Amino acid sequence: MRGDENNFRISAAITCAEDVVVARQRGRTLARAMGFSASDATLVAAAISELARNIVKYAGRGELLIGKDDDGMLFVVARDQGPGIADLESAMQPGYSTSGGLGMGLPGVKRIADSFEIVSNSRGTTVTMRKRKR
Amino acid sequence: MAVPILKQGDVLIASIQSALTDVDLVALRDALVERVASHRTRGVIVDVTSLDVVDSFASRTLRDLAHMIRLRGARTVIVGIQPDVAFAMVQLGLTLEDIPTALDLEEGLAFLSAGRHAR
Repeated sequence: MRGDENNFRISAAITCAEDVVVARQRGRTLARAMGFSASDATLVAAAISELARNIVKYAGRGELLIGKDDDGMLFVVARDQGPGIADLESAMQPGYSTSGGLGMGLPGVKRIADSFEIVSNSRGTTVTMRKRKR
Repeated sequence: MAVPILKQGDVLIASIQSALTDVDLVALRDALVERVASHRTRGVIVDVTSLDVVDSFASRTLRDLAHMIRLRGARTVIVGIQPDVAFAMVQLGLTLEDIPTALDLEEGLAFLSAGRHAR
């Protein structure tokens, strides 16, 4: 894991359950450093947890980039080279899951994001979310 | 990190001390479901005060835990959900459905003993 929360940029390899916890904790610290409220920082941490878990669960390994963009928004990019999401439309429906999960992961992240983008094909998946400070 | 499970009378108390990985959460679920029988337990309290985040996996695991324990003949109360965590859960659309919750350990114990008299 590289990066410095004070420079508003984190880059983290995600390969296991511990990496998910560390990434969300660092993301929360970064959100607080950017001036997010404690509630919104917790929300950001939860979103990071969902995205990082999906990497571990579906791709095995990947990376997260968390930072502050030029517009002052917090962004999270979750990138993997896994098999991709076969049915993207269904994956974004609350309650849909291919893993026996709740199916609330990606829909929840989209719901709390100010912008949300997902690109997935046979070469991998990239999810990008942005959240504005309120 | 293993979560300590204490026994007080016929109640098991699992007091989460730090952030938990998905693996830790599943281990806690399995340990509680197992110990309900061996300790003649009537109630289980899971204290999540120190849990940094409750996301979709954590909420599902807590629900599964409570439902499994109910099938084993005991009741579960989740206590200590922090305000920021509650806020995030609602924003994310996550619920614990019908699982009883209480403010803290003391309220949780009171809830379980009230239920015992009503039985």
